[in-house]
Amino acid sequence: MNVLVCVKQIPDPNAPGKLDPQTKRLVREGVDLVLDPGDEHGVEAGLQLVEKDGGEVTVISMGPPKALEAIRRALAMGAHRGILITDPGLENSDAISTARAIAAAIKGQSYEIIICGTESTDGSSGAVPAQLAELLGLPLLSFAKKLEVGDGKAVIDRQTDEGYDVVEAPLPTLVTVTGGINEARYPALRGIMQAKNKEVKQVGLKEIGLEGQAGKAALTQEVIEAAPAEPRKAGEVIDDKGEGAKRVAEFLKELKVI
Amino acid sequence: MPGIFVFAETSDGTPSPVALELLTKARALGPTTAIALGPGAAKAAEALARHGARKVYVHEDVAFRDILASPAVDLLARQIDKDQPELVLFGMTYDGRDVAARLSARLGTALIANATDIARRDGSWAVTTPMFGGSLLVTTVPMAKAPTLVLLRPKAVAAQPAEDASAPQVETLSDPVDSSKPVARVLRREKEKASGPKLEDAAVIVSGGRGLGAPENFKMLDELAAELGAAVGASRAVVDAGWKPYAFQIGQTGKTVKPTVYIALGISGAMQHTVGMKGAKTIIAINKDREAPIFKLADLGVVGDVHKIVPQLIQEVRSRKGK
Ligand SMILES: Cc1cc2nc3c(=O)[nH]c(=O)nc-3n(C[C@H](O)[C@H](O)[C@@H](O)COP(=O)(O)OP(=O)(O)OC[C@H]3O[C@@H](n4cnc5c(N)ncnc54)[C@H](O)[C@@H]3O)c2cc1C
Ligand SMILES: Cc1cc2nc3c(=O)[nH]c(=O)nc-3n(C[C@H](O)[C@H](O)[C@H](O)COP(=O)(O)OP(=O)(O)OC[C@H]3O[C@@H](n4cnc5c(N)ncnc54)[C@H](O)[C@@H]3O)c2cc1C
Repeated sequence: MNVLVCVKQIPDPNAPGKLDPQTKRLVREGVDLVLDPGDEHGVEAGLQLVEKDGGEVTVISMGPPKALEAIRRALAMGAHRGILITDPGLENSDAISTARAIAAAIKGQSYEIIICGTESTDGSSGAVPAQLAELLGLPLLSFAKKLEVGDGKAVIDRQTDEGYDVVEAPLPTLVTVTGGINEARYPALRGIMQAKNKEVKQVGLKEIGLEGQAGKAALTQEVIEAAPAEPRKAGEVIDDKGEGAKRVAEFLKELKVI
Repeated sequence: MPGIFVFAETSDGTPSPVALELLTKARALGPTTAIALGPGAAKAAEALARHGARKVYVHEDVAFRDILASPAVDLLARQIDKDQPELVLFGMTYDGRDVAARLSARLGTALIANATDIARRDGSWAVTTPMFGGSLLVTTVPMAKAPTLVLLRPKAVAAQPAEDASAPQVETLSDPVDSSKPVARVLRREKEKASGPKLEDAAVIVSGGRGLGAPENFKMLDELAAELGAAVGASRAVVDAGWKPYAFQIGQTGKTVKPTVYIALGISGAMQHTVGMKGAKTIIAINKDREAPIFKLADLGVVGDVHKIVPQLIQEVRSRKGK
């Protein structure tokens, strides 16, 4: 079985984010860039599938040349090959532009399963996977917290507000995974060494036939303003010297909760 | 007539809360048409009209309930082609997101996600979305052809019946659902049992974080919640650790809640958590660290140990209820 996993490189989510006041874009210079932790679960899910049934995991990422590091991380986890879509013309891509670039880059290749994260940790539109599924004419199994593949179909437990739905689709299909689906493995030293020799194909807009039709040239939206939100005011803070619970209970009474 | 479409999710004839929120927003922006799909959709039409839908398209085929996204996308694409709306609103829900994103790829239109507000500006739309845990509000404008697709976060708007509501003008659609394409089909639905009110609807929420120390300590939260008629929520740290299912998670990647009272127990108050609860009318926090950021938004903060204070609080509440 051949699996394609879409991965995004993002600014370290543990560092406070910044917006460039001029361009209104996320600042990506001078911050650590990492493989989106959500996508590590996607890579793990892909690896588990091929470890069971054979086949290869290809990881694909669209981003600046540095995004190669995110691909290397996935290769160190055990993925077999990488594709990096990079081109100055892809700067400022929105979600649909991203989906189009990925769809174009994998044209002619066949995958039984394409795995994405449910939503990226930085942009978090959650739009790319469904857009990609639509462009490729594939069914979408979204919000998977469990994935099983066999008999030419994939079955997931799809997270809902009340619990989960069991949802099935024939292969090939696109699946989005949630953090709850697995525990992502940590790359071992051997994996890190091997990753250096694995093939990563780099393609630009010309190779994928999207010159002048992506990034800025195809923008569907633009951020025009950014303003700090009004903060909430702090109230009273007391130290618990044995009376804390009483004070809370009294407050709840004042609020007519009790 | 160019107007506004609202993708109104319903289940068994009841509109989802976010459908009514969308209509409340939409009717202030222009003449609004609701699209309600699946069994029971017709029954929901009246409530949709009461919240501002002048027209309701209804299609009752079971496919809309049992097949993810694609049948709804086909139908919306057809109706959009026919009516040429300027704007289509969706709730940022499991299904809303899949449908809106697929539709944007099909039509090549702008999709603006995670919105909390939308207004007309210069003949177009200005859409507000929070960033960095809600500390920054950005305004996005569409640059593609109409319609603009917007995913509005649940609870961004308070649902209110329209004052000038009229009887719904219902149009029942019956175009056959395309069955030639491969689809994702729901085989069965599992409900994990929950007692008490739903998180989204609860007036009081008792929420626990990593400071509780261990999953079994959530029992005292259940007890406190039962005394207060509250729902139990959790931080992501707790959900990631597997102490509570995802359905309990409050915050940026979980639920947005707006209760009257939110009680945060052993929660530090990271931005990604507070974005989901700072709309609460009153916030009470108990945390052993005086510097915890949660105290910056709490109306009442108690610096202390949850293991000591919560059992005492349960007793205090019981004794006050007794009187
Ligand atoms: C704060 C913020 C808000 C934004 N809001 C919007 C918006 O409302 N609409 C819009 O069109 N754009 C938006 N953008 C731009 C958009 O985030 C990115 O341009 C786009 O590349 C990916 O969208 P996403 O991060 O939302 O991905 P999501 O759709 O949330 O990502 C889900 C999954 O898709 C895959 N994926 C996403 N991006 C890539 C990639 N570059 N390479 C490989 N796989 C990928 C991954 O598997 C990922 O887990 C926003 C960006 C930021 C920083
Ligand atoms: C992209 C992204 C999205 C995220 N989305 C969410 C989200 O949706 N929801 C969410 O909650 N988080 C989210 N997070 C995670 C968030 O940043 C925090 O890590 C998380 O909220 C921390 O949870 P916590 O407060 O339970 O744990 P901690 O931050 O570890 O805080 C525990 C607190 O308990 C206190 N404590 C410890 N022991 C006691 C005691 N005995 N008595 C009293 N107090 C005690 C400590 O002082 C501390 O303040 C997200 C993060 C990222 C990067």
